[in-house]
Amino acid sequence: MLNETLNGITSGAIYASIALALVLIWRGTRIVNFAAGGMAMVSAFIALSVIDAGASYWVAFVAALGFGLVAGAVIERVLIRPVESKPPLTAVILTFGLLILIESIAGMIWGGGSPRTLPTATFSIKGLNIGGQTVALSPFDLFVIGAVLLTMVLLIVLFRATNVGLRMRAAAFEPETARLLGVRVGRMLSLGWALASLVGALAGVLVAPKLFLSPNFMDAPLVYGFAAAVIGGLDSPVGAVAGGLALGLVTSYVGGWQALGPSLEVMGVLVLLIVVLMVRPEGLFSGIKPRRV
Amino acid sequence: MLTVEGLTTSYGAIEALRAVSFTVPDGSITAVLGANGAGKTTLLRSMTGLVKPRAGTVRYDGTDLLKLPVEDVVRHGVAHVPEGRSVVKELTIDENLRLGGLFRPDRADRRRALGEVYELFPQLTQRRRAAAFTLSGGESQMLAIGRALMSRPRVLLLDEPSLGLAPLVVGQIMRLLRDLTRSEQLTVLLVEQNARTALSIADQAVVLYLGQVVLADDARRVADDADLMHHYLGF
Repeated sequence: MLNETLNGITSGAIYASIALALVLIWRGTRIVNFAAGGMAMVSAFIALSVIDAGASYWVAFVAALGFGLVAGAVIERVLIRPVESKPPLTAVILTFGLLILIESIAGMIWGGGSPRTLPTATFSIKGLNIGGQTVALSPFDLFVIGAVLLTMVLLIVLFRATNVGLRMRAAAFEPETARLLGVRVGRMLSLGWALASLVGALAGVLVAPKLFLSPNFMDAPLVYGFAAAVIGGLDSPVGAVAGGLALGLVTSYVGGWQALGPSLEVMGVLVLLIVVLMVRPEGLFSGIKPRRV
Repeated sequence: MLTVEGLTTSYGAIEALRAVSFTVPDGSITAVLGANGAGKTTLLRSMTGLVKPRAGTVRYDGTDLLKLPVEDVVRHGVAHVPEGRSVVKELTIDENLRLGGLFRPDRADRRRALGEVYELFPQLTQRRRAAAFTLSGGESQMLAIGRALMSRPRVLLLDEPSLGLAPLVVGQIMRLLRDLTRSEQLTVLLVEQNARTALSIADQAVVLYLGQVVLADDARRVADDADLMHHYLGF
């Protein structure tokens, strides 16, 4: 039970960071960015390539996050901005297309060879020994949990306590009014995508030591991350983290009943999603009232 | 002096503004009057670039506002308060106000301006941490005007500030505009469907009818012209 809980918290932290990436873009542009998984995957491969080139884990870590930051801004500016005035579904479908495109290109670059995971020389992935017992919590897991919590805190401080955050919120809620008040709305949207993509890259790098890297290795984490974001309310960074942790725990507990087969895990996710949507359709942490048609 | 010249705006085949020209002298209030659909809101939205006009210029202080991106209009001293009390409902009152001055680099003066606005609207002070959607209609309008004042504007463009407000509140807002024009040398362009209210404080009036200027004159003379009031403004 303890080990399942610890496992759940670690994988929950990763779902949480994917959920954070989705929430950031949803808050800024009311778009669900399905390409987030693909961008996180590329970030993980970049980290792997940097390590292969002989650099340390930290250099690879920073390179992957830096790539995420720049790629997010470029994608917003080049692909999303032109369809901004179109119905939101246009942009959502665009991100879907982008996901497929990114995965194909990644397949051409990194597709060959035997499947690998991202090495983590700096942190051991062996469980800690507590009181003579090995528990399912490694130094790397602690790093994952710490990094995701720190990201959440930094995002909250950015949005709640800085002028840039105030501008970003205004640009997201009332772009026209924000413009009249002198806010450079376009720049704020690019910044929002850059930050979201950075958080997505973080998710990719954090999950990469545990999964075999392939062009579609982020697909399943993306689906779980999306479920976590919806459970949390799509609008709230705190909700994204809470949703991610809840999902991590549920999958871990349900996955513990190996006798019943691995498909039970996915069912657990869906049951949690349905229960939350029935009890609180707006999600657990959203301040927004649900719309009824 | 704010000078609008030959401003023409169309929505598809429909011409909403046809060669609109008028001037607003510094330190005075000019009312833009007209019935529903006369083009009053389109006029303001065209002036700040929220709608792109087909032709015309809007000059203030040697700059054609239409050549600027919307974000830069307020940087040239022209603040636009759109129709419908455009407060950002999700933000607090304090955040709404701070947002209005954020583009100005002088941090100390931003803080001073915030104090001045709270002094002007004591109702807002007590609720500075409350979300803006909790405000009444009148308070929201005051917040929208206060937020525009945070930019230390020289020109204020107001779109129907009296819409849906109780007469007592309307009177309060109009008096405030009158006082600001006098004390701060503010230039005001006041779009109103409520002609009597607007004329009570305006120096000049511009009457729009189907997108055209049919009259630009002294406010008192427009108020006294019973035929005109009846024909164009429905009084």
